[in-house]
Amino acid sequence: MKVGIGLPNTIPGSDGRLLVEWARRADAGPFSTLAALDRLAYDSVDPFCALSAAAAVTERIGLATMIAIGPLRNTALLVKQTASVDAISRSRLTLGLAIGARLDDFEIAGVEHRGRGARLSEQLATLRDDGVRPDLRLLVGGMTGPAFARMARYADGYAHNGGPPRAFDRAAAGARAAWSDLGRPGRPLLWGQGYFALGDEDAGAAYLRDYYAFTGPFAEKIAAGNLTSARAIKDYVRGYAEAGCDELVLFPSVADVAQLDRLAEVLA
Amino acid sequence: MRVAIVGAGPAGLLLAILLAKAGAAHDVEVVERNAPDATFGWGVVFSEETLGALRDADPEVHLQITDTFARWPTVDIRYRGRLLRSRGHAFSAIARKRLLEILQRRARDLGVVPRFGAEVDDVTGLDADLVVGADGVNSLVRRTYAAQLGERVAPQGCKYVWFGTDLVLDAFTFIFKQTSAGLVQVHAYPFDERTSTWIVECPEDTWRRLGLDAMDEAESVAACEALFADELAGRRLLSNRSLWTSFLLVRCDSWHHGNVVLIGDAAHTAHFSIGSGTKLAMEDAIALAQAFARHPGAIERALVDYELERQPVVERFQQAAGESAAYFARVERYAHMDPMPFAFNLLTRSGRVTHANLAQRDPQFVRVLDAWFHAGGEARGGAVAPPPMFAPWRGLRNRVVRAAPEPGLMPELARSGAGLVLAGPVAVTPEGRIAPDTPTLDGGWDALVDEVHAAGAQAGVLLTHAGRRGSTRPRTHAADIPLREGGWPLIAPSPIPYAPRMPAPRAMTAADMGAVCDAFAGAARRAVEAGFDVLELDMGHGYLLASFLSPASNGRDDAYGSDRLRFPREVLDAVREEWPDERLLVVRLGVMDGTRRGLQLREGIAIARELAARGCGLVHVVAGQTVPEAAQADYSRGFLVPLADRVRAEARVPVLVGGQLTTPDEANTIIGAGRADLCLLDVPETELERQLLAAPPEPAAAVALA
Repeated sequence: MKVGIGLPNTIPGSDGRLLVEWARRADAGPFSTLAALDRLAYDSVDPFCALSAAAAVTERIGLATMIAIGPLRNTALLVKQTASVDAISRSRLTLGLAIGARLDDFEIAGVEHRGRGARLSEQLATLRDDGVRPDLRLLVGGMTGPAFARMARYADGYAHNGGPPRAFDRAAAGARAAWSDLGRPGRPLLWGQGYFALGDEDAGAAYLRDYYAFTGPFAEKIAAGNLTSARAIKDYVRGYAEAGCDELVLFPSVADVAQLDRLAEVLA
Repeated sequence: MRVAIVGAGPAGLLLAILLAKAGAAHDVEVVERNAPDATFGWGVVFSEETLGALRDADPEVHLQITDTFARWPTVDIRYRGRLLRSRGHAFSAIARKRLLEILQRRARDLGVVPRFGAEVDDVTGLDADLVVGADGVNSLVRRTYAAQLGERVAPQGCKYVWFGTDLVLDAFTFIFKQTSAGLVQVHAYPFDERTSTWIVECPEDTWRRLGLDAMDEAESVAACEALFADELAGRRLLSNRSLWTSFLLVRCDSWHHGNVVLIGDAAHTAHFSIGSGTKLAMEDAIALAQAFARHPGAIERALVDYELERQPVVERFQQAAGESAAYFARVERYAHMDPMPFAFNLLTRSGRVTHANLAQRDPQFVRVLDAWFHAGGEARGGAVAPPPMFAPWRGLRNRVVRAAPEPGLMPELARSGAGLVLAGPVAVTPEGRIAPDTPTLDGGWDALVDEVHAAGAQAGVLLTHAGRRGSTRPRTHAADIPLREGGWPLIAPSPIPYAPRMPAPRAMTAADMGAVCDAFAGAARRAVEAGFDVLELDMGHGYLLASFLSPASNGRDDAYGSDRLRFPREVLDAVREEWPDERLLVVRLGVMDGTRRGLQLREGIAIARELAARGCGLVHVVAGQTVPEAAQADYSRGFLVPLADRVRAEARVPVLVGGQLTTPDEANTIIGAGRADLCLLDVPETELERQLLAAPPEPAAAVALA
């Protein structure tokens, strides 16, 4: 299993200097991928912009959206943005897409919330039909039967939304079942994710509570799941590897480059 | 911390005990609306005896409870006048009244005296740092914060009534009684030296037909005593305000809000047929007390911790309990089954017991089951045999089916132990291909079939016409993306494109239908020539024949629209004509679309019945993909098994089921329980096999000791 790291592009206060420095160090570190989250109605940097900045200062590391909310975007512009980041990064992009979870993102974008699943399918079909390049790696996220079906029909793999390894394991079984049901050859790529804070864990928990406030009481559980020790990270990595994860992306909950260095040490 | 516990049931009392034991840090008050000796129901059962958590949390209570337990290792199944007994289980039960006495005394010894007969009218008025709702299934605390907690309450399973009896049983006893109005079941178990619990249940319509809905308490006791007179052997049923009711399934998104937390039935219920409600409630109390010990003074932190620990456990039990409740609600459909698979189906109903772990608990039962299957449904004293998936079936050496995604893989799969290797999809004409890499039946198949035969397996082929899902690119990167060059025109019942960016098909004319029918018949002839033993006709997954069956894709206003089975039936008849009578003809049938405007399961079952009547010997049950955005698409573990089970039980046709079944244990459990006749296994190569397959290193020189 490969381990990637998230950019702090949705942590309020992350400025351009931090994101660029983060990307440089990630490229020099033990990470396979540098991934960005996507939120519209929140103090954050757009994932495609953040990844282009990262592409400009990195040489080898994979870049990924994990995930971008497809239906918020006009399809032609989404294809253009994807192609642009892919070009700037010299084909290092993995595009993860899902339908999004927050109503206010859709409201602020002036986009209908209903029918977003079908619209994501159209976007995926477009990306595959005459999109960026035929072998652009696509991931699809989501926990429902229709999301697994969409993933299996159009993507190369599945992007899980985080949680303990057993939750990933269950979702992975759904992804594999859909893959085989759709008659796709081989197995789907399986990507997992988690949050960490090595030091400043209170700040990390506060950010997660705020970022996930829209989930109501669930935000507390996400905050409680933040990985705050070397042991917790190692257990998490092992659990995901055992569950068959191909690539695990650890997202920071504190926007400080020291976090990246500490994670690199833990993984070394 | 000042703690107000509402409800002095097992969960509330145990929590009070554990908090009181933690010392002066907590000031605990328990409020209970009923009197201390009020009893509802009879004995409570613990189907898993391991109250290990309780032993660690309070050895004294643990000792007293386990000393009082009635314990037994057996399950008795009374069905069709037979008694079948399974041993090796670990049940225990205790009178609910006795359990409460033990907990009340222990609480009093620790200085906690519940206020009995005290009604809480307003939860928000309770003055405490922590308010605990331990007030059962109808929890006032939960209802007060219903919106914040995301409460969901719904009836689950059959109508039931909870009696006692002075008949002392020596096993957990299930009785299935055929009445004029339908099947009525009993779940009964002992809980002390004099008394047993005796729960009677049946589906609501049976209950009404029997007139039980109109009876008062005494009449219903008399009716049930008469119904089970043989099994009661002259003993009585005892009523304790025993009224017919529905089990209420309680679920909450969150078990806490602010300083209010729920434990036990107040937070979640699990259907009584797996006997876990009291166990879960007591484990909640232990986990909550431990969370406060870990996070003293940090209420929110402790409550989040408690939920994180308990919710996944409870979810698993609720899942199993839901399966069990659903089994009892539909068990009448299995009333035609032979006693052996019927009993095994019952024992494995919740998904927690499988063929492999029953073999651990009760090796004799599993030996008899295996031998019974192997002998084609006959018991022979002292017989031994391999497990159900290795029982022969109509000329197949076993019941394991493997699908070869590429023709070249057929021999290898045959050598890996399968009874039947299925090739395909294979298109009946070039225009019926899914993609340019979809094979047709031209040339080269007979050698592969010979190799399959040489490995002792039979060879089958799935014949497909892609219909509106045709002319796509190979599925390397995606499915259902149209070919850009070199494509071919599509045909379908109606000119509706399958998916985004797919072209509209042409609505088929009579000539098209004749040509497709001929193509299927011709392909069947070629399959005979190639030596295939089994032919599978594709009426699933939105391909041509399935698209006729579904109202979501068949909008024709002619006879092929009013009777959606008409064209698939014509194709089946044409193929049956060409395919030798003695060879198995399978139909891969999409029995439901998973969308409101599509084909529903009830009709899918009726179609299966009709296909069987026209010479289809095995229905391969699949679902979905008729339309790409099916709202009810389901890929949870074993997602096709409940559908196969219904088709088999209701259409009474042999069925094949797949859907990411990856272990022999799944196959043995499914086949042994009569949920399917054959299983399509998808067994991934493991690390161990890769290690064994890897080229061995050069032999090392022997290490010499210096």
